[in-house]
Amino acid sequence: MTEERSAVVVRDVRKSYGDLKAVDGISFTVAEGEFFGILGPNGAGKTTTLEIVEGLREPDSGEVRLLGESPWPRNVKLLPRIGVQLQATAFFDKLTAKEQLQTFGALYGVSAGTAADMLELVGLADKANEQESKLSGGQRQRLSIACALVHDPDIVFLDEPTAALDPQARRNLWDVLRAIKERGKTIVYTTHYLDEAEILCDRVAIMDTGKILALDRPAVLVRGLDAPTHVTLQKGVLSVVDASELDGVDEAHEDEVSLTLSTRRPAPVLSALAERGALDGLQVRTATLEDVFLNLTGREYRA
Amino acid sequence: MTAFKTLSVAMLKGFVRDKVTLFFTFLFPLMFLVIFGLVLRDAGADKTRIALVGDGPIVSALRDSGALEFESYNDVDAAVQKVKDGDLPAALIIRGQQVDVRFAQSDQVQSATVLGIINGFVDRANLAATGQPPTFTFAAEKVEDASLKPIQFLTPGILSWGVAVSAVFGSALTLVSWRRKQVLRRIRLAPISTASVLSSRILVSTGVALVQGATFIGVASLPVFGLQLSGQWWLAIPLLLLGTIAFFALGMLVGAFAKTEEAASAAANIVVLPMAFLSGTFFPVDQAPAWLQTVSKIFPLRHMNDGMLDVLVRGKGIEALVVPGAILIGFSLVVGFVASRVFKWEE
Repeated sequence: MTEERSAVVVRDVRKSYGDLKAVDGISFTVAEGEFFGILGPNGAGKTTTLEIVEGLREPDSGEVRLLGESPWPRNVKLLPRIGVQLQATAFFDKLTAKEQLQTFGALYGVSAGTAADMLELVGLADKANEQESKLSGGQRQRLSIACALVHDPDIVFLDEPTAALDPQARRNLWDVLRAIKERGKTIVYTTHYLDEAEILCDRVAIMDTGKILALDRPAVLVRGLDAPTHVTLQKGVLSVVDASELDGVDEAHEDEVSLTLSTRRPAPVLSALAERGALDGLQVRTATLEDVFLNLTGREYRA
Repeated sequence: MTAFKTLSVAMLKGFVRDKVTLFFTFLFPLMFLVIFGLVLRDAGADKTRIALVGDGPIVSALRDSGALEFESYNDVDAAVQKVKDGDLPAALIIRGQQVDVRFAQSDQVQSATVLGIINGFVDRANLAATGQPPTFTFAAEKVEDASLKPIQFLTPGILSWGVAVSAVFGSALTLVSWRRKQVLRRIRLAPISTASVLSSRILVSTGVALVQGATFIGVASLPVFGLQLSGQWWLAIPLLLLGTIAFFALGMLVGAFAKTEEAASAAANIVVLPMAFLSGTFFPVDQAPAWLQTVSKIFPLRHMNDGMLDVLVRGKGIEALVVPGAILIGFSLVVGFVASRVFKWEE
């Protein structure tokens, strides 16, 4: 990937607040049309990173290129090409969903009709005349994403768009995000849901305490772990002793409801279990990004 | 241009749909206008009412002059009883050529006034009866003095105050709320100049001020309050606009320091309330002690008030705008500059 084709280039960027190193020397590039995730727990430095790339903050050191230009200080030429959804849902007072879009659109010289069309994309067409304050959390998030897209930018920055949403609302939002990607937009988004990043992102950067710990495709990160596969069965179908003697099982343990086997060769284990007819309650769980995080930091992931 | 228009419309909609803001912009100052207007309506215009028994040329002359008001009784005892009870200050009893006055001693000033008036009319009647030309002649004529009927100073005062309150609160609360909700950062990320955003918000505030002016003056002009506008009332319009901008700037300064809407609203009250009382909103400031009048000159509201009084009810011309206009412009520039220095885009 050449830098000319890169939507975002970040080189050794640092930002401190007093003693706190919010961003501690990070580098990454995002290709045009890529869905790039920055993930990590709260306080990892995701939002600060995003704000520096958007041009809202000046880095202490390092270099940022956005579509080949520096976003800091406020680069008016760049602004129409980027769309930003901020963490707080920033809306004007007392306006309906449609009016919010038209007002934000007007800031970019977008016609009122075009602005109103965005409601369709985020599935809020039936809420057009509803005041923003009357919308649900998920609807408000979708509206704020629509406001970020209203001027048809090339790059979209979304800061924790799925935070504090119920599972159904999150899934609805995923559809919206996929639709945006299909339009050829570059998406940079932060989340603390690792499962979500694994499903949506082309590549992810895992951040903790201001540093990028790993950066790659989610599947590559997970495979690189060489982590065992966990096979879980209903308790009582097999004793712990019998289980640990099966070919390929590294370790077996039991709790009140289930028996869990760890293996690096799941094929012989599963066929042995099938032969014995001991597949009741079978679940196979491979490693996830959470395991990657655990492996990188040595501590359990806490969103 | 379309961005400016859309933003102005958006802010106007936000204003009109906010019932609390509407209340404090229009109804709250109107409540003061109505209450003070009604309470003070007859102040200083009270005529003395006395009991009357009998009739004659003296009574007719008194009635025509309007100097006294009468409550008629058929018998002397009932009239005198009214005086004894303290309900009326005096009783005028006419029996043919005999004019008697029975008066209460409790209020000597009032009794003296009543006696003086009646005495004057009796003397004049006696003089007329002699057919002699008077040795001394006496003529009285009305003069427009500085003291005004209450509604005449209340309307300009409450108008200036209402405009100041809505401009200060409007700008301070908008600024703080936009900063907290990150609307400011969002605007900063759009290719639009700060001047466009600021001027559209000021446009809404000045529009509101003009509607306030029309409403308050309209209500005060109702017959029940009886406001009399002087010839060049429209000179109040430039004053309203300058005042709005000055207080808008003050609100931006308050909003730059306040972190929350509650803090902004408290701070705005601390700034506006003492200023309102000391600037002659509710009583004419010339009745205040001299030192207070001097102190009040530091407030822009005092000067806006003075200008409003001059052009709305005192019948002064454009020259009355010079001093208040210059002070409001100077205030806007200084406070606006400081506000722009301490302005913060984010928390």
